[in-house]
Amino acid sequence: MASFFDIKARKAAATNGTSSKALLPKETTRLQPWVEKYRPKNLRDVTAQDHTITVLQRTLQSSNLPHMLFYGPPGTGKTSTVLALAKELYGPELIKSRVLELNASDERGISIVREKVKDFARMQLSQPSAAYRAQWPCPPYKIIILDEADSMTQDAQSALRRTMETYSKITRFCLICNYVTRIIDPLASRCSKFRFKSLDQDNAKRRVEDIARKEGVSLEEGASDALIRFSEGDLRKAITFLQSTARLVGAVSVEDRGEDIDADQMDVDGKMVTVKSVEEIAGVIPDGTIEELVKAMQPQSKGIVYERVAKVVEDMVADGWSATQVVTQLYRRIIFDEVVLDIQKNEITLLFSEADKKLVDGSDEHLVILDLALRISGELCKGNGA
Amino acid sequence: MALLVDKHRPRSLDQLTYHTDLSERLRSLAQSGDFPHLLVYGPSGAGKKTRIVATLKELYGPGVEKIKIDSRIFQTTSNRKLEFNIVASVYHLEITPSDVGNFDRVVVQDLLKEVAQTQQVDQSARQKFKVVVINEADHLTRDAQAALRRTMEKYSPNLRLILLANSTANIIAPIRSRTLLVRVAAPTESEICDVLGKSGKKEGWPLMERLNERIAKESGRNLRRALLMFEAVHAQNERVTDSTPIPPPDWEALITIVANEIKAEHTPACILKVRAKLYDLLTHCIPPTTILKTLAFKLIPLVDDSLKADVINWAAFFEQRIRNGTKHIFHLEAFVAKIMRILEEHDMEADFP
Repeated sequence: MASFFDIKARKAAATNGTSSKALLPKETTRLQPWVEKYRPKNLRDVTAQDHTITVLQRTLQSSNLPHMLFYGPPGTGKTSTVLALAKELYGPELIKSRVLELNASDERGISIVREKVKDFARMQLSQPSAAYRAQWPCPPYKIIILDEADSMTQDAQSALRRTMETYSKITRFCLICNYVTRIIDPLASRCSKFRFKSLDQDNAKRRVEDIARKEGVSLEEGASDALIRFSEGDLRKAITFLQSTARLVGAVSVEDRGEDIDADQMDVDGKMVTVKSVEEIAGVIPDGTIEELVKAMQPQSKGIVYERVAKVVEDMVADGWSATQVVTQLYRRIIFDEVVLDIQKNEITLLFSEADKKLVDGSDEHLVILDLALRISGELCKGNGA
Repeated sequence: MALLVDKHRPRSLDQLTYHTDLSERLRSLAQSGDFPHLLVYGPSGAGKKTRIVATLKELYGPGVEKIKIDSRIFQTTSNRKLEFNIVASVYHLEITPSDVGNFDRVVVQDLLKEVAQTQQVDQSARQKFKVVVINEADHLTRDAQAALRRTMEKYSPNLRLILLANSTANIIAPIRSRTLLVRVAAPTESEICDVLGKSGKKEGWPLMERLNERIAKESGRNLRRALLMFEAVHAQNERVTDSTPIPPPDWEALITIVANEIKAEHTPACILKVRAKLYDLLTHCIPPTTILKTLAFKLIPLVDDSLKADVINWAAFFEQRIRNGTKHIFHLEAFVAKIMRILEEHDMEADFP
């Protein structure tokens, strides 16, 4: 308490504070998730969405932009693309005043659309200085980015309709969503749509390996393939997995590493990101466990089947494996099983669909998995009897 | 006097007895200074919470143990006031957003933003960020989860989240792809035996290996339950031997009676009798899902082999109905009636083949 009145001490504290502030930016870049750190800085860096990028780059040259609707599965670069586009259009200064980004973490009910969005949309533009204009295109409109637009209510979406048209001279909208069907038709028809497809293996792999090299993480043979496989075309997931695994095995060196340091002088401690550690992070169930379940489901006399399946399922649940993961992996195992007849597979897929629905509704995992396993086993029995 | 569960709860990562490699990993994460968002999942009684508290201690030192309970009031867009309890220390917050039901989105948005926009006040703190622990994350509504998405990325310098869940099925994919998944498996029976032996020793109770084994088996690999049973056995009996019976919880005993009644008599009169018992269970706050699940597993040994799959099938069916519906008793009774019918049909076939 006394130090509060002591001017000297306060001064010292103040200088302390400023010095720690100066240190801060450096530290935050290190602590940043790699997903943010390696977000594409300009359009050319965006991986694997060639079609969309060429179209956007053309519009960039003509500096006229339509309203846009980006849709596609998560982790394919929708938000990155639009942010990169905004950066290229306005440069670092103007981007603050010309771009409004709203996402599901902000309140986005109908009142916000009516007030905040409308206010921003009808704001007149300020003229940037000539020097600045020489550097960046600075087109005469603002951009409103509505991220995760599919979680906006119908009402809020319909409130946008007229706003979009009225202020279209000075404002462009960019809607981003996972499911284009959740966007109401009148909005969708006002936008030019861009579909972002799942990333193909090669591109994603190149990107992941690139980041690994820059961060000084050594990857085991096949580890990058495993990363891509488990992330199912979701690049963000792949990068998060990479970062988590690197942290876990301690493959990343602690001191801040400049990006220009060559990859050759990586530490050769032998700490590598292995396929196994990737599996562990991704929460993939070992093949052995699934195999055991499948073996237990094979037709035998009824009583034994129940006992064995129940035992395996109980162990699985107690081990904490996520039920959705069980369903996905079991599905792959059974559907690509040559021994199972096509007509059986037909019935079995129905069972899977039902189980998935139950899980999404929040049913008890133990019961759902047990039910699924028993019914598949019943189906297998029937086929063999016929 | 505290329960054994609380009294002997491990306080630091060193004291955790099983999953040592997991504890080791958590320690290395905590020490690296680069702590990710975590999603910790596993069955109940596996030690998720204990591990997290220990990890927090590793992160910030003993300061996290000084907790206080804050009562905050949030206002929804429709001007409804929500009262919400927060357990907080200087370094971390702990919230259970499912307490406020459908309004959890408001709480998540307001609270997390508020936390995220203020920096750590304490200059001597070991970490620059605060940690928010979200309990029962699998009960968060979709809206609330969507609200978390961007917050997690945007405010990551000031804020780390630890989500606790029983399963990842209800967590939306974008959240899963932003967190480090940590699976906490239930302890094996022998591991439970070890723990029981150790806490028995601390209390000065004689070691009964056979009894401990039986408790471990009964508990269904749930350590909390095992410890409670262990304590109950010792509290009820003066002299404990290897063959002392383990008293089942009252509700479980009642469900066993219900199962036996269903097996014995398949008539409307019996349904009425069962109804009284089901209501009794519900009024004592036993979750309907637990009732249904326990009932199904109690029925399994009683019925014929060929019917076991059916029982499970209908249990899963009505369990889903319970989730979607609002009147639990309807679905519980429907299950009872359905099982009676199946049993009756089976008996008929046996009589007239």
